[in-house]
Amino acid sequence: MIDVLLIVFIITLLYVSIANRIITYVKVLALQGFILFGVTYMQLQEINTLNLVLILLETIVFKAIAVPLFLDHLIKRNNITREAEPYIPNFLSLVITTIIIVVTILLANSVKDENLDKIFFIVALSTLFTGLYFIASRKKIITHVMGYLIIENGVFVLSLAVGNEMPMLVNLGIMLDIFASVLILGIFLNKIGDVFKDVDVDQLSNLKDY
Amino acid sequence: MTGIYLAGAILIVILIFANRNKIINNVLLILFGLLQSVFTIYQCSNYKGTDLGYFTSDSLGILFLITLTVVSLPALFHSYLYINRHDESPQSRSVYFAAIVLLITSISAAYLANHIAVVWIFTELTTLSASALIYHHRNKLALEGTWKYVFICAISITFVFIGILFLSLSLSGTGSSDLSYANLMAKSDQLNPFWLRLAFLFIFTGFTAKLGLVPMYTAGVDAKDKAPAPAGALLSSALMNMGFIGIFRFYTVIAQTPLHHWANIVIFVSAILSIFVATVYMTKVVNIKRMFAYSSIEHMGLVMLGIAAGGIGYYAAVLHLILHALVKSSLFFQFNQLYRVFQSKSVAYVGNYFKYNPTGAIVLLIAFISATAMPPSGLFVSEFLIFRALFEGQYIFVLLLVLLLLTIIIWAFAKNIFKILFTPVVGFDDSNVPQINPWESLTQYALLLAAVWLGLNPPEIFVELIRESVILLQI
Repeated sequence: MIDVLLIVFIITLLYVSIANRIITYVKVLALQGFILFGVTYMQLQEINTLNLVLILLETIVFKAIAVPLFLDHLIKRNNITREAEPYIPNFLSLVITTIIIVVTILLANSVKDENLDKIFFIVALSTLFTGLYFIASRKKIITHVMGYLIIENGVFVLSLAVGNEMPMLVNLGIMLDIFASVLILGIFLNKIGDVFKDVDVDQLSNLKDY
Repeated sequence: MTGIYLAGAILIVILIFANRNKIINNVLLILFGLLQSVFTIYQCSNYKGTDLGYFTSDSLGILFLITLTVVSLPALFHSYLYINRHDESPQSRSVYFAAIVLLITSISAAYLANHIAVVWIFTELTTLSASALIYHHRNKLALEGTWKYVFICAISITFVFIGILFLSLSLSGTGSSDLSYANLMAKSDQLNPFWLRLAFLFIFTGFTAKLGLVPMYTAGVDAKDKAPAPAGALLSSALMNMGFIGIFRFYTVIAQTPLHHWANIVIFVSAILSIFVATVYMTKVVNIKRMFAYSSIEHMGLVMLGIAAGGIGYYAAVLHLILHALVKSSLFFQFNQLYRVFQSKSVAYVGNYFKYNPTGAIVLLIAFISATAMPPSGLFVSEFLIFRALFEGQYIFVLLLVLLLLTIIIWAFAKNIFKILFTPVVGFDDSNVPQINPWESLTQYALLLAAVWLGLNPPEIFVELIRESVILLQI
């Protein structure tokens, strides 16, 4: 069952790579939150209940509900246009994402370590690189933020892989989540929306050496 | 004591942030200065002791902590002058001071942390506090700088976290789950090399955002440009040392494994690229603060070359970091006076500084001589030792390339500094130039003199501490 959920998680990446509208990204982030909730519940059997409840609450409240709602609110408030405006055509994006996933699978197969659940490794790494690719290939700041949130979800998957032995690391991952979301979303996306009317990265190129 | 320090500092942060009264704020700042000094003295007396289980005052931590305290007291003083002079609103004043106190506290804690996850947590806190400092002016450019800094640091922190996860995978074969450096050292022969390799790559990449090396150096440059100069001084000295400590402590573990040579190659590539990037930008740069920032990148590249070369290079690297922190912070402190005279950051509109503020101009001249590592500056000694390490390690081509690049950097740096010092600006209206109080330069002279003294005639105990801090690498 964990495998099914994780594979659905990878499929969401492919879906994002061809998505046209920003709202689709938000929905996918919410879906990823729910998937992570399921994976966490099934994977972390060995840690104490209180900690598990905390982690589950974080995934469902934070990742699946609060952040997507807030993103939605930001999009409406700042009148961000609905198009995602990638620099690269969607078809090419799909091909690149697929290549990333295939390469990580090949990489994971070269690892000989019985301690590792390979699927966690594959999902985490491919999410990481796909997220970086999204950041590099999209024009709007808000899509950059979403790329970052996707990376965080990938990191969370990886932390689940070692979660039973070291629950502290999962908690640290949650700290990272909350820190980054509050700092990036709460303060700056709000401010940037106020100061820069149309939020494109092109406007953020005034800091120069002269 | 570490507990008292952290609790006290956080209390001070909250109080400064919460109240808007100027006098109370200043009293709190003085209190924090005292707390920081007492804490530093306590840590020196408590050598090798462990507090709260996670903070060990080892030699490297103590050295950097003393450096931080020495730099941070003038930084607080200059911040006070800066804020007073700019007639800030009570809100922006308290946010600034709260952020700078939090920054100093979290850097101190990160220096002493003996557990990789604790270092990581305090690295997060430095990002938070530094971003408040960068956003101090609340205009479009400051927002842009802050946004870039926050975003790149957030990605870097995520990278470090991934590295920690890989490290825990690497450790899982040994049957232990304790990620403290001492345990990692003890288990270093059982670590799984594949995961260790990935862990090093990610942790190294992540910390380069703080250290200021290729690939993540960009954020730091914008940050030092947009933050007020006293805060910029901390960002380009103490914060860079923190990035170094993050990499160095893990590197010490790697050095015990067969991956040592491979890690050296990674560091070499990054260091040489950093010096190259610094050279390219130095020849072009017109913004004075950014010029200082690029010069920091060059120095960090040299430090990492020393680490990768090994031998005497380890000693030289730590010495270089300490001296660089002193010199670069005095340059940033001086920048404020320069800006008050000319009201511009661009070399094109700044010139003939000797005429308007001779005391400050001499600081700038000495700091330039120090930063380019010409004798009698202390950095000459450390840089010379780094070159010796490269030579002894048979890295002749690297040495030649670096020397060539450094020559270009010195040329570019000198061209701009001599323009600032001697060449009058056409059409500069000097009727409104404020009189600069020479005593404000006192701290800068003290820092520069300290750098010369520590380089040329280091006290016995200082040498001993540096030796002690790299002793684990002498295999």
